[in-house]
Amino acid sequence: MPQTLEKIETTPEERFLTAFRAADGTTLNGSNSRLHTLRKEAIERFEALGFPKRKAEAYKYTNIQKVLKRNYALELAPRDPHVTADDIAPFLVPDLDAHVLVLVNGRFNEALSSIGELPDGAIVTGFAEAARQHPDLVEAHVGQYADHENDVFIALNTAFTQDGAFVYVPKSTVLEKPVHIVSVVAAEEDLMLQPRYLFIAEENAQATIIQTGRAITDTHTFTNAVVESYAGRNAHLDHYEIQDEGPKSAIHLSSQGYQHEHSVVRTNAFTFSGELVRNNLRMLPDGAHCESHLYGLVLGRDGMHVDNHTVVDHAAPDCYSSELYKHLVDDDATAVFNGRVLVRQDSQRINAYQSNDSLLLSEDADIYSKPELEIYADDVECSHGATTGTLDKEAIFYLQSRGLSYAEARALLLVAFARDVLDNVKVEALEALLDTYVTARFGPQA
Amino acid sequence: MALLEVKNLHASVEDTNILKGVDLTIDGGQVHAIMGPNGSGKSTLASVLAGREEYEVSEGSVHYLGEDLLELEPDERALEGIFLAFQYPVELPGVSMMNFLKQAINSKREHQGQEEIKAADFMKLMRERAELVSLDPKLMRRSVNEGFSGGEKKRNEIFQLAMLEPKLAILDETDSGLDIDALRVVADGVNKLRAEDRGFLIITHYQRLLDYIVPDVVHVMVDGKIVKTGGKDLAIELEEKGYDWIRGEAVPA
Repeated sequence: MPQTLEKIETTPEERFLTAFRAADGTTLNGSNSRLHTLRKEAIERFEALGFPKRKAEAYKYTNIQKVLKRNYALELAPRDPHVTADDIAPFLVPDLDAHVLVLVNGRFNEALSSIGELPDGAIVTGFAEAARQHPDLVEAHVGQYADHENDVFIALNTAFTQDGAFVYVPKSTVLEKPVHIVSVVAAEEDLMLQPRYLFIAEENAQATIIQTGRAITDTHTFTNAVVESYAGRNAHLDHYEIQDEGPKSAIHLSSQGYQHEHSVVRTNAFTFSGELVRNNLRMLPDGAHCESHLYGLVLGRDGMHVDNHTVVDHAAPDCYSSELYKHLVDDDATAVFNGRVLVRQDSQRINAYQSNDSLLLSEDADIYSKPELEIYADDVECSHGATTGTLDKEAIFYLQSRGLSYAEARALLLVAFARDVLDNVKVEALEALLDTYVTARFGPQA
Repeated sequence: MALLEVKNLHASVEDTNILKGVDLTIDGGQVHAIMGPNGSGKSTLASVLAGREEYEVSEGSVHYLGEDLLELEPDERALEGIFLAFQYPVELPGVSMMNFLKQAINSKREHQGQEEIKAADFMKLMRERAELVSLDPKLMRRSVNEGFSGGEKKRNEIFQLAMLEPKLAILDETDSGLDIDALRVVADGVNKLRAEDRGFLIITHYQRLLDYIVPDVVHVMVDGKIVKTGGKDLAIELEEKGYDWIRGEAVPA
């Protein structure tokens, strides 16, 4: 029987604490001592921190309590939902040769995965499997970048996580093919998942990781995911996150990246569906001459609520960061963007650029956009820009005057708006897929 | 049958009457010029003909090849062969020239029951027509009008005209902002596109353009009406005497 959150009238925190106590010593033990210690620390921190209250500044526009209240089943013991290769097939990227790792309800499913051949020393596997097979590697990194001390959702994930994915690329090794992690939700009841992802690119290594979240069922789900990534000296790490789990899914993603000097990290977040999506993305370029690129594209519709909070913490000098988030908000959807750039006192010669542009496609669509530049060094070049607008009537008329229908003109302009985010997708097959998706989403209605 | 027949056209924007009874007939193969002072309603006429939605027609009629033009959406007008070269061409960041042109051409071909244009034919056509207005083919790889100079934007309009081969081409102050060299290039392009089955309506404030594109008929518009119509010499007379001369003449008795 899956463990379900208590229905009794109590605080949301208490429900998790009760579930933790009930499961501790059995399924929650984890596979090695470091993880076990972490869990103990994390649950204590969770209890001390508590979920953000309605008035908490960081969650001002996002009512996370709303999705916390449900009586989710917790996936604390392995189950085997019936998912076939045919179910997964539509979620793969056509014409993409990749190391495919499939998670079903947050658990690594070896039978459905096709990881294929990897360079010497490289590892692509489930998180629990990695903790068993490569405890030294996992222990050296897990909990190092995601801050379970001060972040309640990371603490919760750390206490409860069962599985997820693990990618390790050793020194001077290049993963020529991308790793594609396909996370599928297949649930018969409302379900809460807490997958953990750990991506390590050692010195001078290179990897591209694509994460796709999809659902084949339509119960309410709440995924509290944590991604920790580590880019060693001169490492190159490209990360794509495609969030499309359907209208009843809620996601809280904490993605925390650490960068050594001369490393280049690109993150790309695409949000296409979800009742509520909150992404906390934090990059820490901790060595000189790092490059950090953050891209995001949100397509909001039908009451979706998508909140991207990003932080670039320039802890070292001579680094470059650029950020571009675009929102296309339709119907009564809401988008929130909060982009914080922190340049610490000794981090001289930083170039940091941020922009976020939003198109509101309906009277009921909302965007809350807030750039936050906090600069304590004096020799820096930082800029930010935010635009919000509606579809340009004159542009529509221009296209119509060349023979395009209103719907075609609108579609062309909306895809064009998303273009500069799509253009930064460096995996050709993925770019083509996303392009097709965005075009179809706004394409002329039949 | 006339290519375009405008009768007693009244139009307003935001409750301001701008056109106050325009009559105009253009036959295929003809080049008509409309001159007039700023605010006389020249560009409004172009907008109404192309179907810009802010303009409301309160009276009168427009027939294009015998059909009621005012019933048609802007894109339907374009597909039927009306082309407006914009006074202020719109920048479309993220929309590549290539995709835009291909979609425009294929919309027209589909409307005419033809198959989509073949890639090689499209490229050939594009190169050919770009040369007509000395438009740098490299611009085809850019977004529509984005970062184009003023002259490039105007040449791009004539280039699109050449690509889409309309039956009625309306040039809305295409000469504004062009220096004499650019003006000659644009005029040369237009002259090469003159054809038996194609009419032009050229809207301009200045006579100079008409030195290069010699019109068959010149109209003078003042205060929302065509007050004088004549041959190409009218343009020259107007340049010499100024619009006040016409205004004086046009005062009703």
